[in-house]
Amino acid sequence: MAAPLPSSNRIHHTVPARAGAGLKGEHIPLILDELPDVGFFEVHAENYMGDGGAPHRALEAVREQYPLSLHGVGLSIGGENPLDRDHLMRLKVLNERYEPGLFSEHLAWSTHDTIYFNDLLPVPYDAETLQRVCDHIDDVQDVIGRQMLLENPSTYVAFERSTMGEIEFLTEIVRKTGCGLLLDVNNVYVSCTNHRQDPIDYLAAFPMDKVGEIHLGGHAPDEDDEGRPLLIDAHDREVDVAVWALYESVIGRCGAFPTLVEWDNDVPAWPVLYSQVQAADTILTQAVPADLKHAS
Amino acid sequence: MQADRISRERKAPDGNGDFGQALLDASLPSPDGVIGPDGKPAPKRFNVYRNNVIVSLIEALGDTFVAVRRLLGDGYFGALAREYIVHHPPTSPVLIWYGKSFPNFMAGFPPLQAYPYIADVGRLEWAWLQSYHAADAEPLDPAVLGDVAPDAVGQVRIERHPAARLISSPWPIYSLIQANRFAPDDPPAVDMQEGQDVLVARPEIEVDLLCLPPGGAAFLEALFDGAALEDAAGRALTAAPEFQLPVCLQTALSAGVFSALVPDNGQGHLSAKDDATRGAL
Repeated sequence: MAAPLPSSNRIHHTVPARAGAGLKGEHIPLILDELPDVGFFEVHAENYMGDGGAPHRALEAVREQYPLSLHGVGLSIGGENPLDRDHLMRLKVLNERYEPGLFSEHLAWSTHDTIYFNDLLPVPYDAETLQRVCDHIDDVQDVIGRQMLLENPSTYVAFERSTMGEIEFLTEIVRKTGCGLLLDVNNVYVSCTNHRQDPIDYLAAFPMDKVGEIHLGGHAPDEDDEGRPLLIDAHDREVDVAVWALYESVIGRCGAFPTLVEWDNDVPAWPVLYSQVQAADTILTQAVPADLKHAS
Repeated sequence: MQADRISRERKAPDGNGDFGQALLDASLPSPDGVIGPDGKPAPKRFNVYRNNVIVSLIEALGDTFVAVRRLLGDGYFGALAREYIVHHPPTSPVLIWYGKSFPNFMAGFPPLQAYPYIADVGRLEWAWLQSYHAADAEPLDPAVLGDVAPDAVGQVRIERHPAARLISSPWPIYSLIQANRFAPDDPPAVDMQEGQDVLVARPEIEVDLLCLPPGGAAFLEALFDGAALEDAAGRALTAAPEFQLPVCLQTALSAGVFSALVPDNGQGHLSAKDDATRGAL
């Protein structure tokens, strides 16, 4: 593993309360060439777990120009097995190497008995799962030595054994572990639609004072077993109008947060993604600064 | 109190295990206790996860085995990949490492027996990926070899660069990977009677593929295995009497497939510890 860049090469350590974009390999040459006005970039940690070569070279170049957010997708924090120590160490090494301003993972599981399923799988909301997730988050924050943000999931099923709601579950995790939250507004809309709940009520109850970052992304429409709308968290298109409206109301009510636009499948040309980032930035710049809001 | 303790200690149903098994085995019903908003079982909803798992992993394999997918066509590749995924699911969340055994799986897949070259194209694509992600290292400066005393040159051992790989095949895998991946618009002629030995090198960032002349593969395989220059040349001549040492050494040096001369400390240095090379050979 190459030595980390000296910190002095990097001017940005903190991710600002502006809009950022998910970093895609095909956009990197253009980004480095034109240096578009983007608040930050976010990468999936697992894409940078090779030893060297082009991915690290490119990320180091981007990191010199922009603040970075590191987003893990494979740690399986909600899983029944203990955390994968090797994977945890790889996340630690990436945190040390790239010094991201934000580090986040998911309320989900993806690995069981050595099999990695490559999807963010749902967890039941009960006391036993709560304890396990909290133990895992304590472990992550101990090993990596920093606060992590936990992302609310998009889900398609529920569990009979759940005994509490998602917000109660997330709030308890934050209280017990001191982690922060990553509020994915698209996930809120997807899950609330899928479970026939009101996303406005969900957002009104969400502990916004613990939120360190917001995600926006596109979803695909489908139908459930009864022929009712089922939304798939596909990240394959523009942010939906309904999600923009929810986002605007959250920002209007709570102030500006670092906001990522995710587009992971059927990735468009950079200008298309950039226009989504600019749309989020426009909403953010109209927001009353969070500190003034809190002061009033 | 007692009842409470017992219920707390009662082992929970193996939720992840049942859920995971049903994800990979479409013949199983959706797991117990997995429900929709009305509290009823919801197989169609569960199938969203099944679909996510299989489709995303087919895509991951397709990103690694680009030429294989093109050779087989998307439909056949998808069906083959699904079969592989179900029997050999990933064991790491780092998907750039998923698919190492896919070429062997193809080689042993009866319906592909008529297309034996496909597995070797897959091996070359796997080697390309390993090279792409390998640790960075300065390639050996060819001048260093010139500084070795003439009577000592034969005993020199040279360390493989971490991004160097070698794939030998009785099939024209270099031409096939060019035609189906790297140069589809300007494909080379493919002579199915021709075997090709391909050197994979990444002295800096770009991965290069080079077709080796006769004896070249035996020579480099021996060097990468820790043999001295003289012994490696001997093995190459045995394999191919027309082997030309200066040409082949020059090719390898300029491709950047060495990182350093192995210090002459007697026993001990064999790159056998490096199973990446072994796996590739």
